[in-house]
Amino acid sequence: MFRGTIDLKSLWPTGAIFIVLLILPPILPRFYTYIIAVIFVTSLLAMSLNLVLGHGMIFQFHHGVFYGVGAYTVALILTKTSLPMWIGFIAGPIAAAMAGLLIGWFCVRLTRLYFGMLQISLGSLIWAIVFRWYSFTGGDDGIHGIPMPPPLSSLNNAYYFILIILIICLVVLYLILKSPFGSTLEAIRDNPQRCEAVGVNVRRHQLMAIVIATFFAGIAGVLFVVLEGSVFPDLLFWVLSLEVCIMCLLGGWFTFAGPMVGASIMVALRTFVGIYTEYWTLVLGVILILLIFFLPEGVMGYFLEKVKPQAEEGAERRSELDVAS
Amino acid sequence: MELGQSIDLASLGSQLLVGLSRAMILFIVCAGLSFVLGVLRVPNVAHGSLYMIGAFSAYSVFALFGTSSTGFWLSLILAPFVVALVSLIAERALFCHLYQREHLMLLLFTFALMLIFGDLVKIIWGAEYRSVLAPSILRGSISIFGSSLPRYNLFLLIVGPLVAIGLWFFTSKTKIGKISRAAAVDREMVGVIGINVSWVFAGAFVLGCFLAGFGGALVAPTVSISLGMDHDIIIEAFLIVTIGGLGNIWGALVGSLIFGLTHSFGVLLWPQFAIVFPYAAVVIVLLLRPRGLLKSVW
Repeated sequence: MFRGTIDLKSLWPTGAIFIVLLILPPILPRFYTYIIAVIFVTSLLAMSLNLVLGHGMIFQFHHGVFYGVGAYTVALILTKTSLPMWIGFIAGPIAAAMAGLLIGWFCVRLTRLYFGMLQISLGSLIWAIVFRWYSFTGGDDGIHGIPMPPPLSSLNNAYYFILIILIICLVVLYLILKSPFGSTLEAIRDNPQRCEAVGVNVRRHQLMAIVIATFFAGIAGVLFVVLEGSVFPDLLFWVLSLEVCIMCLLGGWFTFAGPMVGASIMVALRTFVGIYTEYWTLVLGVILILLIFFLPEGVMGYFLEKVKPQAEEGAERRSELDVAS
Repeated sequence: MELGQSIDLASLGSQLLVGLSRAMILFIVCAGLSFVLGVLRVPNVAHGSLYMIGAFSAYSVFALFGTSSTGFWLSLILAPFVVALVSLIAERALFCHLYQREHLMLLLFTFALMLIFGDLVKIIWGAEYRSVLAPSILRGSISIFGSSLPRYNLFLLIVGPLVAIGLWFFTSKTKIGKISRAAAVDREMVGVIGINVSWVFAGAFVLGCFLAGFGGALVAPTVSISLGMDHDIIIEAFLIVTIGGLGNIWGALVGSLIFGLTHSFGVLLWPQFAIVFPYAAVVIVLLLRPRGLLKSVW
């Protein structure tokens, strides 16, 4: 009954985190501000993937392509044309969503692993073209030194810009998940046959979800360009896509905030283990295996399992009362 | 964007043979991946890393024997066993506890293995490029119907079919092979009639990885052995296995031929975008036959 409303009490920690993030940049050294901004961008990418992966059980194995398409679109518009910046910023997500529509249109015919494989091959096609088309995309060098207009050229301003966009996107993603569309998507995840039987157009819903998710991936791509000022074909390579999947699984793919936790862990590990040893992927691999053995539901899933039971019990009693009345 | 030079029959023929021999390497690696997929239902992302370990071990054996031709032949025999040992340890220590989990979790697990193997290779062999020299019989090239072909590629063209025949013999004539095929179709039933499924899985996994190592040892003389090898092959291998039909070894053969030939003709047609052709072929196959060309066991 009260599913749509947001419990004010549960907003407390979120608000506190937001305020801390707002006051951080002037205090922290430049490097840490940059790392936090990287975490923001990666989080948005992982969150957008989880809309289809965790909430839709669609094996979107090549999500990085849409991130890359968004980033390349804005980079190409800013370097090759004299169009105003904001057109590039809008064109990035739209191009990503168009790519998502195109690739998704082919992929939704298949399910599960076959879906993932078709997407990897279609995505690899785009990667191969970007990787090889030297005259247009810069090939394997990518595009560097993309000019950013004055308000965004300082790191702190870019940080605030990214933070604000991230918050807006998170709110929109949350609302989408709580909307009838989001519920339908989760219903399809849990039982596609039954959904089909009650008249839900499964494929159309999945395609919609893919387009929405790729749109947000495009936004993440634009934010990447704002932060880094460069693009390179590795953004579209399947290793990055798989890493993003890992972030979702690591953080807890059946929770809302899980992918953000996963993204933070991955970026932090890469950065801080990378300082001490060049073998950071070894450390990451060992941590992943430990997590698989001991926290199968991911970090956030484990956290919710430990913390939630009391709250959940209350909610159940309340819903029972609803039914009784 | 310049197209390839004028295509004559000789270059067409030599590209055909090069593509075929490339397909043989892909087949050996993909047959292993497909076997693991079929029996264990595990998409093993670490398969590419095992291929890389195979190539590096081949280098080590080769270097140990003073880079002689004996070293090369021994590397072909020993490197796959090194890989098989590594995979046996990984399977018995970690993997065998996870078979009940969700597929995506197993994918995550094998990804973690890939990360670990990648860095272990870096620790053991370092980041330099390594190379293995083929023995003098297999060096140089010979001409067939006016087109010249490196002898080593011819050797691959002989080894590939031999492996295919060996695998066919193993899966359809030996008892262990039959059990593993049965486990691929209905693992519970195999358990019910009193066969230790856990060891069947271990055996299938080790055999699959053995093939990856063999592929790595075979490819060693033709490439510079380096750290990126695992990334390069694994995605191709997955696509090949998918278009062939998951878990079907003959499907792996068909898929490898499609992949190898489209790539080598792509080099002839449009060198800059040669890499695009095999992916496009995969897309076309999957759109026409979503479950792969041959019967999949999934």
